[in-house]
Amino acid sequence: MNIIVPIKQVTDLVEELEVDASGKDLNREWLKYKINEFDDHALEEALCLKEESGANVMAIALDSADIEKSLYTAAAKGADKLIKVTGDFGEAIPSHVAAKALANVLESLEYDLILTGVQAADDRDGQVAVLLAHYLGLPHVSVVTGVNLQDGKAIVHKEYSGGLMGEFEVDLPGVLGIQAARQTPRYAPVSRVRQAMRSTELEEMPAGDVSVAVGTTVQRMFKPETSDGAQMIEGSAEDVANQILNILSERGLKQ
Amino acid sequence: MSQDVFVIAEHLMGNLEDVTFELLGKGRELADNLDGSLVGVLLGGGVEDLNRQMGKADKVICIDHEQIAEFNPDSYSKCLMEVLKTHEPKVTLVPNTSMGMDLAAALSVDLDLPLVAYAVDASAKNGTIAVTSQLYGGKMNVESRLEGDRCIISVIAGSFSSEDGKSDNVPEVEEVSPPDSLTDLKIRFKRLIEPEAGDVDITQQDILVSVGRGIQSEDNLPVLQKLADALGGVLSASRPIVDNKWLPKTRQVGKSGLKVKPKLYLAVGISGAPEHIEGMKDAELIIAVNSDPNAPIFDYAHYGVVGDLFDVVGQLSEKLKG
Ligand SMILES: Cc1cc2nc3c(=O)[nH]c(=O)nc-3n(C[C@H](O)[C@H](O)[C@H](O)COP(=O)(O)OP(=O)(O)OC[C@H]3O[C@@H](n4cnc5c(N)ncnc54)[C@H](O)[C@@H]3O)c2cc1C
Ligand SMILES: Nc1ncnc2c1ncn2[C@@H]1O[C@H](COP(=O)(O)O)[C@@H](O)[C@H]1O
Repeated sequence: MNIIVPIKQVTDLVEELEVDASGKDLNREWLKYKINEFDDHALEEALCLKEESGANVMAIALDSADIEKSLYTAAAKGADKLIKVTGDFGEAIPSHVAAKALANVLESLEYDLILTGVQAADDRDGQVAVLLAHYLGLPHVSVVTGVNLQDGKAIVHKEYSGGLMGEFEVDLPGVLGIQAARQTPRYAPVSRVRQAMRSTELEEMPAGDVSVAVGTTVQRMFKPETSDGAQMIEGSAEDVANQILNILSERGLKQ
Repeated sequence: MSQDVFVIAEHLMGNLEDVTFELLGKGRELADNLDGSLVGVLLGGGVEDLNRQMGKADKVICIDHEQIAEFNPDSYSKCLMEVLKTHEPKVTLVPNTSMGMDLAAALSVDLDLPLVAYAVDASAKNGTIAVTSQLYGGKMNVESRLEGDRCIISVIAGSFSSEDGKSDNVPEVEEVSPPDSLTDLKIRFKRLIEPEAGDVDITQQDILVSVGRGIQSEDNLPVLQKLADALGGVLSASRPIVDNKWLPKTRQVGKSGLKVKPKLYLAVGISGAPEHIEGMKDAELIIAVNSDPNAPIFDYAHYGVVGDLFDVVGQLSEKLKG
């Protein structure tokens, strides 16, 4: 069983985000990046499957700032093989282009299962998992929270709303967009990441032809207007607490 | 190619989802501005009753067949591909729900159509389609313009009024048979799994103290439980708290959790990602405490406090006790 986990970096959303001079993209100069949190879940689920029934886990990523560290972190957690996809894509890669690049590379690899993160916070033109699956002509299910392998098929749970789930049987190879792994994603200490940097080979593969039409152009990026935003309560914690309790009393919400 | 707007209807457990009406309302506006028709597309088994509720549309195209009684990413995308290939609508609106996420991108590749995802607004002025997407966890909006003739737009639930999509009219219904390709499916639906009943029903509470990743550790839950007790409310949570198993799934508010409408929603350490906002934006009173002054939750709260949640929570509990 070969499991492929595509990973990507996203801007840390706790940071303050600014629009750049073009008015169409983030000012990336001071941005901090971290691995998409859903990729941690996808990798965790892959590693759980490996521990359960034996599998070879490969992490793959398109080249971008600091991506090698994320790849080696995946190795430190238990990924067996690392691939960096090289090519001429800018910082803000459209999902269609990312999916096409991954599809090109995957065509030359052997795999049974592709586990991606369900989504990332920056994909204006759709979720890569589904695009990738359709470029490769594979079945896909997104918003997956549980994966079981049985007789060469995957039995998966897909979350709807209110805790309701659908169970599906998916022929392999297939692509699953992972929302949450069966357990909290493991942590790799820095020492283990350093060790992985020395002991794990990182293979580079070219993306090939990624000329796919996105078909829409960005006109502007802007912070959501907060015309009816919150009235801010200020002061010391004690002042704030008093003001909140006044608001609750006025509305008859205090016992 | 037509100037028509197609809306992919979503239903679950025999009912049309609210988002379907939201899309019909928005779709009506777009279709009128484009001088096209509004067409609802409904897939399911035994769904005549649902067709009739889509009177906002000029027409409903329906594939009603036991083979597609349950949602399946494979069969549903194949059915929709046939419908959209035949009619070539200008705009196709898909809900950005769990089901819609499996469809929008699939159609984009299979029909070679542009896709704009996470839409919270769309307009058609002088034939130009513009779409606003909510990205970066609700911290940035991006406006896109369609270059070509046609596109798919996936819309975040809760973006439009569902009342605008309701009508007493009875739409014309065109029944279509399922495509032959359904005999060769790579995904099979097995069953629906209903949620286990929880100890409390958060949808029935007047007061919710809702906790997010900002509480940092499971060890801090008792402090928040104390505040909930003092307020006569219960604890609810954002998704990461539930994924960490610090609170049961039945306490999760949001897109894949529950929709709540309490008299008071006190959000502490919750950033306000779109998937969370979906579940609580209709609460009567929202008070948010967050250390990040730019947290999107403040765009939806009535009152906001920028600061450390533990300071505020500590003081509140103290004062309620005294
Ligand atoms: C298909 C899908 C479905 C989803 N469904 C849901 C859902 O149903 N419900 C849901 O909630 N999410 C859902 N999500 C996840 C969602 O995208 C966000 O990841 C999640 O809502 C973030 O939770 P959070 O706000 O608790 O965490 P974060 O976004 O990490 O925010 C933590 C916040 O705490 C603040 N903070 C930190 N320390 C302190 C402190 N000491 N004092 C005060 N503030 C502090 C930070 O400033 C930050 O704003 C879904 C995602 C997907 C892809
Ligand atoms: N540039 C990329 N490199 C590798 N994997 C990616 C890339 N972009 C997206 N993915 C995968 O697709 C998932 C969803 O991302 P997105 O569709 O961009 O929201 C990510 O969590 C990754 O698993």
